[in-house]
Amino acid sequence: MIRVEDLHKYFGDLEVLKGIDETVEQGEVIVVVGPSGSGKSTFLRCLNRLEEPTAGRIFIDGQQINSPEIDINQLRQETGMVFQHFNLFPHKTSLGNITLAPMKIKGIAEEEAKQIAYDLLDKVGLKDKADTYPSQLSGGQKQRIAIARALAMQPKVMLFDEPTSALDPEMVGEVLDVMEDLADEGMTMVVVTHEMGFAREAGDRVLFMDGGVIVESAPPEELFNNPQEKRTQEFLKKVY
Amino acid sequence: MLNIGLIMEKIADIKAILPFLLKGAVVTIKVTSLAVLMGIALGTILGLARVSKSKWLKSISKAYIEFFRGTPLLIQLFILYFGLPNLGIKLSPYFAAVLGLGLNSGAYVGEIVRSGINSINKGQMEAARSLGMSYPQAMRYVVLPQAIKRVIPPLGNEFIALLKNSSLVSVISVKDLTRQSRLVNSRTYQTFLIYISAAVIYFCMTFVLTRLVNYVERRLSVSD
Repeated sequence: MIRVEDLHKYFGDLEVLKGIDETVEQGEVIVVVGPSGSGKSTFLRCLNRLEEPTAGRIFIDGQQINSPEIDINQLRQETGMVFQHFNLFPHKTSLGNITLAPMKIKGIAEEEAKQIAYDLLDKVGLKDKADTYPSQLSGGQKQRIAIARALAMQPKVMLFDEPTSALDPEMVGEVLDVMEDLADEGMTMVVVTHEMGFAREAGDRVLFMDGGVIVESAPPEELFNNPQEKRTQEFLKKVY
Repeated sequence: MLNIGLIMEKIADIKAILPFLLKGAVVTIKVTSLAVLMGIALGTILGLARVSKSKWLKSISKAYIEFFRGTPLLIQLFILYFGLPNLGIKLSPYFAAVLGLGLNSGAYVGEIVRSGINSINKGQMEAARSLGMSYPQAMRYVVLPQAIKRVIPPLGNEFIALLKNSSLVSVISVKDLTRQSRLVNSRTYQTFLIYISAAVIYFCMTFVLTRLVNYVERRLSVSD
């Protein structure tokens, strides 16, 4: 589903990604962990070109996404993204947040878009918040709406950039539940997170990143219980 | 001591001069309204150019804004009305007035629009783009609707300033409130009464404009 070949990213003179090679299969749930500054968010943001890769190639569903011929807007419709700070549109209700892109980009009729939105609100357990503005939602509710908004474009891949890091502890669970449901349904997901519970529960594979490279890649039990690389061991000892 | 006779006399004087002043006020309103519309259109373009990725658009817009903010409006009006005829371009006073005020206001509105757009969290643009919107779509449906709310108060200030600055067009023989006042004064020499009346009329206009801005601001803040 996703293939990354020798991905490099520079910010000015600073090399943040130093050659990433990775393949994500259809339906696979990848959890990316690592210390801050390791490049994990940058890696994720390269996958829908919110960051422009400096060198290397990225393929999604067989298409090379960082070639000049590609229609980036078309590509992004197929890769949903969920942000740490939700980035809901404050001038729109929950329903408006979810229906905006399907209506304006795909040209779906309002009634149909609303139907899709209600189904998604149901799925994330927020049907009663359809007409609520983001300012009146809790953090966990905001993030669930944000997930519904991304799903409304019917993406093939979902990218999560620390989706629970800005939440109060008691709200983390409700968001992870939605993500686990999504994983169970067979969505291809790449998740940057510090939630080891989620990694064990839903992750097929965990990538440990440090210093702009993928240090180690293994199924969650293996990586957490029996890390092979010294850097992984040190990181896990510090964090857990 | 109250001199009823004198007061009655003054009221009669005001009644006599008021129609002339109101005629001027109508011109002031017309010139200002057209300049406001021009300022909004021009300012939006300049503001969008300022935040665009194109170096060319950025520097052209910046140069424009620097020039019109850095030179007196009165000189700009002189150039348009008295200067351009030397190059064979003759504008009517009314047209030169609207053009001068509009070009000038556009520069200020451009800065307001720029800061309004910049005040919207970068994540909003990213979220919109991540859904597959193009840059213009993201601007139109996500960033600008939010920026508009933020720019209403400074825009209100700008347009109140514009209304008052419009008195300068009296020197290029537009028969606005200020020029009408001077004309009436040169005939009647009721100087104090005339200019106080003009001030009151200007105040009424800015007062209504302030209320209007407050009303729009309230109406737009439903989602906060």
